[in-house]
Amino acid sequence: MIALLFRDLKLALRAGGGFGLGLAFFLIVTVMVPFSVGPQSELLARIAPGVLWLGALLACLLSLDRLLALDWEDGSLDLLATAPLPLEGTVTIKALAHWITTGLPLVLAAPVLGVLLNLPVQGFLWLLVSLLLGTPALSVIGTFGAALTVGLKRGGLLLSLLVMPLYVPTLIFGAEVARRGAEGLAVQTPLLLLAGISAASIALLPFASAAVLRVNLR
Amino acid sequence: MSIWEYANPKKFLATTERVMPTLWISSAALISVGLVWGFFFTPDDYRQGSTVKIIFLHVPSALMAINAWFMMLVTSLVWVIRRHHVSALAARAAAPVGVVMTLIALVTGAIWGQPMWGTWWAWDPRLTSFLVLFLFYLGYIALWEAIDNPDTAADLTSILCLVGSVFAVLSRYAVNFWNQGLHQGASLSLDKEENVADVFSNPLYVCMAGFVLLFIALVFYRTGTEIRARRIKALIARERLEA
Amino acid sequence: MTLTVTDLSVARGGLPVLEGVSFNLRPGSALILRGPNGIGKTTLLRTLAGLQPPLAGRVEGAEEQVAYAAHSDGLKPTLTVAENLTFWASVFGQNGIDAALDAFDLQALRDRAAGALSAGQKRRLGLSRMLVTGRPVWIMDEPTVSLDTAAVAMFANAVRAHLGQGGSALIATHIDLGLEAEVLDAGLFKAKPPALDDFDGGFL
Repeated sequence: MIALLFRDLKLALRAGGGFGLGLAFFLIVTVMVPFSVGPQSELLARIAPGVLWLGALLACLLSLDRLLALDWEDGSLDLLATAPLPLEGTVTIKALAHWITTGLPLVLAAPVLGVLLNLPVQGFLWLLVSLLLGTPALSVIGTFGAALTVGLKRGGLLLSLLVMPLYVPTLIFGAEVARRGAEGLAVQTPLLLLAGISAASIALLPFASAAVLRVNLR
Repeated sequence: MSIWEYANPKKFLATTERVMPTLWISSAALISVGLVWGFFFTPDDYRQGSTVKIIFLHVPSALMAINAWFMMLVTSLVWVIRRHHVSALAARAAAPVGVVMTLIALVTGAIWGQPMWGTWWAWDPRLTSFLVLFLFYLGYIALWEAIDNPDTAADLTSILCLVGSVFAVLSRYAVNFWNQGLHQGASLSLDKEENVADVFSNPLYVCMAGFVLLFIALVFYRTGTEIRARRIKALIARERLEA
Repeated sequence: MTLTVTDLSVARGGLPVLEGVSFNLRPGSALILRGPNGIGKTTLLRTLAGLQPPLAGRVEGAEEQVAYAAHSDGLKPTLTVAENLTFWASVFGQNGIDAALDAFDLQALRDRAAGALSAGQKRRLGLSRMLVTGRPVWIMDEPTVSLDTAAVAMFANAVRAHLGQGGSALIATHIDLGLEAEVLDAGLFKAKPPALDDFDGGFL
């Protein structure tokens, strides 16, 4: 399992691996926001937590269609399915690798982009915490969507259509934590709910992803 | 005699064809009686005026929008567990009906909301949950359409339906948490003191019964179509195999 | 470990393609699978490898014993030859890739990126993967595609060595590998379509 994780990380870092693309997309989206809503700093400060969450979510979504499709095309997925590794483990590792290469950089970049959007000082901590807790759920849910659409030729758009509704609860609670943090309100309730969604997704969804992958492989 | 006999497509087709006329006629009769009764023979509400009468479309369609998804959940489970093709095809047949019901509920809601709340749309939890439900329906239907192999499609959409149901419920609670809304409480419930007045609820019950029968009729009809389409597909594949 | 297949039926796209397939594959022996294109050889091999469920019948002695080589090699173009092979070795809980590199004459290429290999070299790398799995039963689908004569001989030697160590191999190929092997003709097991009016749950 560790070998698979290291291979995926190595692949992401080598040429053509797409590492950093999500990060660049996050930056671009954030920069575009003031152009579309205007430069007033009070307005930007108010929408910053939501915009950053949405940007992170979209950047995450962007990289999902490569998550399993590359391994599908070159036959690695067939071979992994016959390996001693349970498929549930494989998809979990894939989701973890996706989180490390996409989710974690987004979390770390978010405070920097928060500066661009005039995020209030007390908001930074909770933005970071909410993304740290929420992005693993985005990766795991996204892996499920990627497993659903892995055999399809033009799966990219369908993948977004399938995954977006599943992202609704995570986005609501995550952005709520960030918003309340920025406004100096108590964040405990949405924070616990967000953590609950992440924990439950990580614990349960790999079984669904593996089941779906088995169907697609046969 | 068990319900699983109807898992045989032939038996299913024969039986549904027998009951179809009854279903069509009774649902049409119930809906027309309910609507005429509701529109013309109930008094105007003292606050809402005659706009209240859209309730006779809004509530039954909202009811069926949710129950169609619930039916898809049950039939998906039956497919996953017992692998009866008719069950998977019934789920596929119900989805477009469910999406139309959701759309009717959303549109009638907007038409009702405009004079009452002064806005066509508000990000109220109920409205938002229905919008999310609509998105779930779209994804489900799109996945069915995207996959060639019917068994693969049935498996994948079933699992999507199961996972989606969990997330739909989660979204419902998330949305409730996110914004307390404008929408009134349930129009009808068994344990509440204050329900819609009897003058309104009686024709409403008739309409709801009519919508339930209409839904069943549409699903039977569309399942029959799906079965025939599957059969044709299988016959073509078989010809290719023999050639 | 003997691979025992009893009365196996396999389906492709919901249609039965082969039925009544039975054979034994004993340690130290090889079986060559032949049959015209589209008869269902790949489907049969994928079923034996556990990638798809059989329609009917039993497969015994395959679980955790089979190493499967498909049409595509599962190579990552940006990883080197050695990295690709080391990855598969560690997935299967083995270490040491030198024997596999030697067997397919890949030592000179070990630090080259897999994407820079020729088709035949890629295939050799894909086949050398079988050696690092440590699995006794090899199931291979057209392994000699894009191999030249020398490489085919290399491959035949590797299979022979594997059989000599008590392994077994089931190979779908049309090339004579010079192995002492029984031949299984998939054409004999072509599924007969069921009667037309008997249309039940499966629609056929």
